[in-house]
Amino acid sequence: MDTSQFVQRDETCWEIPAKGNMRVPAIIYTDAQLLQDMDQKVYEQITNVATLPGIVEAAYAMPDAHWGYGFPIGGVAAFDPEQGGVVSAGGVGFDISCGVRTLHTGLNMAELQPHKQVLADELYRTVPAGVGSRGRIHLNHDSMHGMLTGGAQWALEQGYGEDQDMERIEEHGCMAGAEPKYVSSRARERQKDEMGTLGSGNHYLEVQRVAEIFDQTVARSFGLQVDDVVISIHCGSRGLGHQIGTEFLKEMAMSAAQYQIVLPDRELACAPLTSPLGKQYLGAMRAGINCALANRQIITHLTRQAVAAVFPGIHLGLLYDVSHNTCKLEQHTIDGRKKALYIHRKGATRAFGPGHPDLPPVFKETGQPVLIGGSMGTSSYVLCGTRESEQRSFSSACHGAGRAMSRSKATKQWQGGKLVEELAAQGIIIRSLSMRGVAEEAPLAYKDVSAVVDIADRAGLARKVARLEPVICIKG
Amino acid sequence: MNNKAITPHWEHFEHAADIGIRGIAPTLEQAFEQIAVAMTAVVTNPDQVSASKAVSIRCEATDNELLLLDWINELVYEMAVHGLLFKHYQVAIHDGILSATAFGEAVDRQKHQPAVEIKGATFTELRVYQQADGSWVAQCIVDV
Repeated sequence: MDTSQFVQRDETCWEIPAKGNMRVPAIIYTDAQLLQDMDQKVYEQITNVATLPGIVEAAYAMPDAHWGYGFPIGGVAAFDPEQGGVVSAGGVGFDISCGVRTLHTGLNMAELQPHKQVLADELYRTVPAGVGSRGRIHLNHDSMHGMLTGGAQWALEQGYGEDQDMERIEEHGCMAGAEPKYVSSRARERQKDEMGTLGSGNHYLEVQRVAEIFDQTVARSFGLQVDDVVISIHCGSRGLGHQIGTEFLKEMAMSAAQYQIVLPDRELACAPLTSPLGKQYLGAMRAGINCALANRQIITHLTRQAVAAVFPGIHLGLLYDVSHNTCKLEQHTIDGRKKALYIHRKGATRAFGPGHPDLPPVFKETGQPVLIGGSMGTSSYVLCGTRESEQRSFSSACHGAGRAMSRSKATKQWQGGKLVEELAAQGIIIRSLSMRGVAEEAPLAYKDVSAVVDIADRAGLARKVARLEPVICIKG
Repeated sequence: MNNKAITPHWEHFEHAADIGIRGIAPTLEQAFEQIAVAMTAVVTNPDQVSASKAVSIRCEATDNELLLLDWINELVYEMAVHGLLFKHYQVAIHDGILSATAFGEAVDRQKHQPAVEIKGATFTELRVYQQADGSWVAQCIVDV
């Protein structure tokens, strides 16, 4: 992308001043190199977001931003309902509340090493992954309603998990304001056999080794030290979220004219927060968030079973669970005044800093853990929220590496079977249904996650705590 | 050039995170059939899918692009809920109403080795148009 289109505010802050129909500036947090490599579509999409009614401060793009649908992936935007603000189905995405959850195992690498293969097999056997996999839970009308309103708390009531898991999940495991009546019968139908499944694409369950610590104090507080083994789960709201996204995207696109909203791109489909359609979407989307939280809770339970089969008596505690495709009502300070704003994070992680009132006591001093998933075979990161990200990006940080290469190019460049062998030679076990799927998710098809995370750290969006390296990857 | 000379075919096109699907054919209906084969090819090799089951699909929209969006999303729904993959299709379109039959079989994880599931069709690069030679193009990007 042409960097002359930007005003550089500081080392990592690049601004496109408001022009044309833009109501606010657009800001990308990145460095000169990554900005140059960034898709020109990010420029188009982030400036389009800046034209939406009721947007506050600026439209933001995170260091991992890439071409998305309407919003760039890695996009953050806040809307004020009192200024005609909107909610956008494209600004949340198809995979509502897709996110990452990390579990402690209490094991170190030396203890894991002799059992690696057995554990890989046990996890692959226990956690349904990939296209055509079905969960062992079948939801009827009542249990569907319970799941959509209760989220991970519903899953806990069904026997999946432990009480102490809940405080280590955003929203304490249950998104308030879910309205299942706005979740269509088709969305329910798509979900009724999919609870506790990973899905496919870039979703995974990974056993990881803590490879490096950047902040000893916070790492200790998070319970992380070098050579510890942790397990991370990356997945979302499965078919239910996809169907809600599909239906509301179309309805919002077709209703825009009715609300006098000029859409520079139909994919930016949105509706006023105070309109019937806007409220219906919020109710359905929040039910979708609960579906994702319940899904990760059930997968956690399955993971605990699988690990206990190999290491009897083991206890897997939760580090944290973050979502990176959401729209949430939050309090933020604008010009010294507290405002209730709807924050869209599309491929961006909430990153509340120390002292934030919504955080449980355990994270009050450190800020929340910000879990950044890498691509298969590459590092993942644990960061912590900062106070300054409130002013920088409505307390948001990046969410992953972001693709650098399309799926079709990746399959031309790599063979799945060979990649699995190469990764095995590095000590990384891959379990996957599809070798083509492995090729599409090749490590080098993604940007360098370390570069993305370094920028997030330098920009003050979140601070680096630990780097994790993959040991076993169950690919969705 | 006579558009009848164009052989119906499909292709994928580039998108940074996801994948573009496109059908090109002498008629609008055939272009819709071809883009649906392109969709199957995102998941698995269509040649590996047999046509032992038939599913009827009907949708209605005010323009061809919205009709295409609905068509692909109907197929995504059928695939997800009934665990199916489709090999080929018969499509008829009259006055904005699409009536179709999709022929396929249940997903066999060993035989088809499905690479990825499709979440939904998007408005991105959504276009239905006729080229100078009279052939029809139907395309969109699907989120995977």
